[in-house]
Amino acid sequence: MAIDKNEPSKLRWGELEEDDDLDFLLPPKEVIGPDENGIKKVIEYKFNEEGNKVKITTTTRVRKLAKARLSKRALERRNWEKFGDAVREDVGSRLTMVSTEEILLERPRAPGTKQEEMKVAGDSLAQLSKGGAVLMVCRTCGKKGDHWTSKCPYKDLAAPVETFVEKPAASEASVAAPGAGKGAYVPPSMRAGAERSTGSDMRRRNDENSVRVTNLSEDTREPDLHELFRPFGAVTRVYVAMDQKTGTSRGFGFVNFVNREDAQRAINKLNGYGYDNLILRVEWATPRTN
Amino acid sequence: MRPILMKGHERPLTFLKYNRDGDLLFSCAKDHTPTVWFADNGERLGTYRGHNGAVWTCDVSRDSMRLLTGSADQTVKLWNVQTGTQLYTFTFGSPARSVEFAIGDELAVITTDPFMELTSAIHVKRIAKDPTEQIEESMLVIKGPQGRINRAVWGPLNRTIISAGEDAVIRIWDSETGKLLRESDKESGHKKTITSLTKSADGSHFLTGSLDKSAKLWDTRTLTLIKTYGTERPVNAVAMSPLLDHVVLGGGQDASAVTTTDHRAGKFEAKFYDKILQEEIGGVKGHFGPINALAFNPDGKSFSSGGEDGYVRLHHFDPDYFNIKI
Repeated sequence: MAIDKNEPSKLRWGELEEDDDLDFLLPPKEVIGPDENGIKKVIEYKFNEEGNKVKITTTTRVRKLAKARLSKRALERRNWEKFGDAVREDVGSRLTMVSTEEILLERPRAPGTKQEEMKVAGDSLAQLSKGGAVLMVCRTCGKKGDHWTSKCPYKDLAAPVETFVEKPAASEASVAAPGAGKGAYVPPSMRAGAERSTGSDMRRRNDENSVRVTNLSEDTREPDLHELFRPFGAVTRVYVAMDQKTGTSRGFGFVNFVNREDAQRAINKLNGYGYDNLILRVEWATPRTN
Repeated sequence: MRPILMKGHERPLTFLKYNRDGDLLFSCAKDHTPTVWFADNGERLGTYRGHNGAVWTCDVSRDSMRLLTGSADQTVKLWNVQTGTQLYTFTFGSPARSVEFAIGDELAVITTDPFMELTSAIHVKRIAKDPTEQIEESMLVIKGPQGRINRAVWGPLNRTIISAGEDAVIRIWDSETGKLLRESDKESGHKKTITSLTKSADGSHFLTGSLDKSAKLWDTRTLTLIKTYGTERPVNAVAMSPLLDHVVLGGGQDASAVTTTDHRAGKFEAKFYDKILQEEIGGVKGHFGPINALAFNPDGKSFSSGGEDGYVRLHHFDPDYFNIKI
């Protein structure tokens, strides 16, 4: 009847603490070390509150801040003792910190610079194949996916032709022979019964559908406004007032829409919209009463 | 990239210098204490205590054993880099503005400011291998330029000394006789104070930055103007990449930082230009005050900038920096 007290610990359920539970039933922790992308996975097994076995996979990316390949003497210097004010340095001293922000080498931006063109040219092929998510068609030179009409670099070379790009032959024929077959050609706006309202001429600035945007941030440029207002409708022109001396925005700009309704919706939606840390003010360019 | 911010100085930075191996970064500031950091992670190694005035400049010997610092307290001190102890002190009659070791570390060129009756001068001192044998006298003293000489460096093979300063004229002197050999052309040269000068890795050309909002690239032998880079702000510091054909300009005036609603990192940037095309490649923002010092690591893979805000920002380039094409 001797009780062998030296028996190797057979876990007795009465002696187990609350927390220990039945850890021995769990598979051991696995660490899949950093692969070539620096991804490290740690797989742990735990019991959750209901007593179910739970597998926890933690995926982290191990990033090397800088590759330091030091020469022999540099390595020696690495082991030098601290001197001067650094002697009493505690680990918690925040003298050296890695920036919380990612800082980029910002390329100089300006609409129509080479940098933007290159980016767009690279994207245009992709966009075309996408089937026209952003299908930029320039009406002046007919180039697709390169630039908008208002930014056409060949503005003066190609005469404004109010025809579809797909049918150049047919339209040229009809325009080139005005008096030949039909007698005098009367444009639609001058025909009898035509409504001579303030119709938007495609070439002129659409003052009627012009929206003024104020409280822009310093870095805002034309492409930003264009991107912001495009969802509301076709935009013919964007302009951001710039300070010549500093090259920054003066805080306001104008956006011209093709349709008045689009402009109205843009005003409704974007007035008070937070953009680049500032609250935008969006209103009609000249006070209009509806 | 994620810059490493080092706030070891309470006052504005004045100068930054990497050692030859590129593992140590020395920073000088107006707070009297030059500091040395590890150049890979920005960890502080130590400080050199002893100066009583703003430290304007420093240079480190090729073996990274000795450091020369020039200060507004009218002294230039020679330090042991490893321990931080002072080895020798040269005393002048006016603040020392620029120091540089010669190739071989046996000579040093020191410039002093104009002060009361003294005009600005360029001193050449012999640096003895053993500090106990150090002599105080200058081997050569050159006087002549009007106004402050902001920077004086050794030309190829230590045969010449190139100086630049407040009178906006770059001068090349013979280092043995002190004779003026060449002056930069007044029309094509800078129009305002030249604040900084840096040599290329091989010494064949050098870059000067000036308050006239431009930086110019010159040939060392003939002092012909090769390139000009224009900015919108006065240039306080210049640096050249030893690896790629890039030059970096830093500067700015406090008054232009009017924005108070900007919560992002500071607006002052170090501007990168293509050395040959003279076109701006981009800017690295971050400083909250004008940039006063720039330095490239000799391996070309990182650079650091020191600003009026007292911060040193150490940047290790992303891989796509090396693929930038204009």
